[in-house]
Amino acid sequence: MERIELTYPATEKLQHKALAGVVGSGDLEAMFIPHQEKMLKIIIKTSVDGSKHRWQNLFNRFASLHALPMGTLEINDFASTPGVAKLRIEQVFEEANYA
Amino acid sequence: MLANLKSNRAWDSRLNEKKRRCNAVNKLANGKVLATDSFVEALEKLIVAGDRVVLEGNNQKQADFLARKLSQVDPNIIHNLHMLMPSIGLPEHLDIFEKGIAKKLDFSFSGTQSLRISQLLADHILEIGAIHTYIELYARLFVDLIPNVALVAAYKADRNGNLYTGPSTEDTPSIVEATAFKNGIVIAQVNELVDDEADLPRVDIPASWVDFVVVADKPFFIEPLFTRDPRLIKPIHVLMGMMAIKGIYAKHQVKSLNHGIGFNTAAIELLLPTYGEQLGLKGKICQHWALNPHPTLIPAIECGWVETVHCFGGELGMEKYMAARPDIFFTGHDGSMRSNRTLCQLAGQYGVDMFVGSTLQVDGLGNSSTVTHGRLSGFGGAPNMGHDPHGRRHATSAWLDMMQSQNPVDRGHKLVVQMVETFQAGAKPTFVEQLDAVEVGKESDMPIAPVMIYGDDITHVLTEEGIAYLYQAKSLEERRAMVAAVAGITDIGLGVDSKRVAQFRKEGKVAFPQDLGIQPTQAQRSLLAANSIADLVEWSDGLYDPPARFKSW
Repeated sequence: MERIELTYPATEKLQHKALAGVVGSGDLEAMFIPHQEKMLKIIIKTSVDGSKHRWQNLFNRFASLHALPMGTLEINDFASTPGVAKLRIEQVFEEANYA
Repeated sequence: MLANLKSNRAWDSRLNEKKRRCNAVNKLANGKVLATDSFVEALEKLIVAGDRVVLEGNNQKQADFLARKLSQVDPNIIHNLHMLMPSIGLPEHLDIFEKGIAKKLDFSFSGTQSLRISQLLADHILEIGAIHTYIELYARLFVDLIPNVALVAAYKADRNGNLYTGPSTEDTPSIVEATAFKNGIVIAQVNELVDDEADLPRVDIPASWVDFVVVADKPFFIEPLFTRDPRLIKPIHVLMGMMAIKGIYAKHQVKSLNHGIGFNTAAIELLLPTYGEQLGLKGKICQHWALNPHPTLIPAIECGWVETVHCFGGELGMEKYMAARPDIFFTGHDGSMRSNRTLCQLAGQYGVDMFVGSTLQVDGLGNSSTVTHGRLSGFGGAPNMGHDPHGRRHATSAWLDMMQSQNPVDRGHKLVVQMVETFQAGAKPTFVEQLDAVEVGKESDMPIAPVMIYGDDITHVLTEEGIAYLYQAKSLEERRAMVAAVAGITDIGLGVDSKRVAQFRKEGKVAFPQDLGIQPTQAQRSLLAANSIADLVEWSDGLYDPPARFKSW
């Protein structure tokens, strides 16, 4: 198990708490809790050691394409691929916007 | 006349040699029927050291009894065989090499034995002639790899040698033809021997092409390779399936196609009756298929999407369903399906507008291969379906849609789509700077790198990130940048210039899911027409009878 924390500047206000994904091999569970500070705090607990660089790349790319929401994003990762991770993160933000 | 230049050779040496060998087993045969218990002895008389032997076995049907018996012959008598094998799928196939019975191998696909082949090659226990696509290997059976002996499998034979191969006809006609009509010896293993032709459901191979039959100790093995359990389809497959349907199938109005096997294509098949229906695409796309009988196609068939399916081979459990849908599948007068791998590969080469496949590695230019370090998997049919056949002369709207120039003698192009996730399980990147195949080719002294599909044949790369419409690339450099635009956070993708990606999206050269109007939250398993094997059985009105391993009930 590894714990990774990342922080990004954020501007989007999302209204709701949201949960996406499942606890299961090759997948992850992502939980978003909005707050008022202009930053996105990301806490990743992953079963894959040595994956910090990949998560940084994933969020750097995400940040280059989307405005990030203000809040805390908690991820419990069970060896998801970056593709699955990105989809779950997009889903949890979308849920938090419309839920 | 230059009479002194005329050769004095005998012109019927193969015929005489065949007669000699057949006479040598007189005592072991009752007419054409060889006894099961003395079969190894018969093989030692019918095969000669150094022979080219074609052993039937592809990714589905396996002449496994014949493979087992061949691995039991005395290597002092029979050695140095040159094996021609569409597929190496069983441990016995490689035992033949380990025991010194065979030395050289020409093949197409190795699947489950790919690791062991690599090892035997490294240890110089086997030599590889070439790795082929299926019909390329069959073609060579008629040119420079004509077999001395063919070992094939059938469900039933009569005492005269008529064979019933039914839904699993597959490669048998081509292999038998190349051997029988060049004075080679054709030996068929059968599950059941009947007395008379009238007792066979139908004749798939006529008796005069077959020299011997032997009743196997157990029915031949078939791998249900084309069954994908819908329970294992993930939301990411649903997302990519939606992108494919909207961004490729609908955009280009693809009416005829082949699907490689995988969860991506299974997802597409299960999305047609739901998502495809929502988009109003029924009757506009996906009507004609060159495809194995994928159980996941059942809901689309039942909803009226599919008009015809021609099959390379059968699929365990689909027999009754196919027999009950003769308007869709090719069936004999007995009602059972007839497959033919050679003809279906031809259909997939010339007849269809699109191939959608998957792979393990893609390089920056779109070249791809499933050969990776330590894994010599071969290609099967993918290179054949996954290329643009330059001999094609008929036009369809999808084919014409690939034309990019105003040149008055330009031609269309088959759609060749690679559908891959940017990373596979275990954080293995799919997009790489250089294919492992390049190194493997060098290490194994191959004259060319074992590339499965060349980049210049690829028209579309689809990942979870987006679709790159590579047929629109104006240069190699632009092609590379378009591949990078959908390569995610692989090393290839990280080098991307985000302004250029934005420009590609504006020009329609790259489309992200949101550009296609697809929201991530839509990518739910509930969108699939079937969520389990049990659902597929229900869709088929109980006609689909899945193998036990797929039953959870």
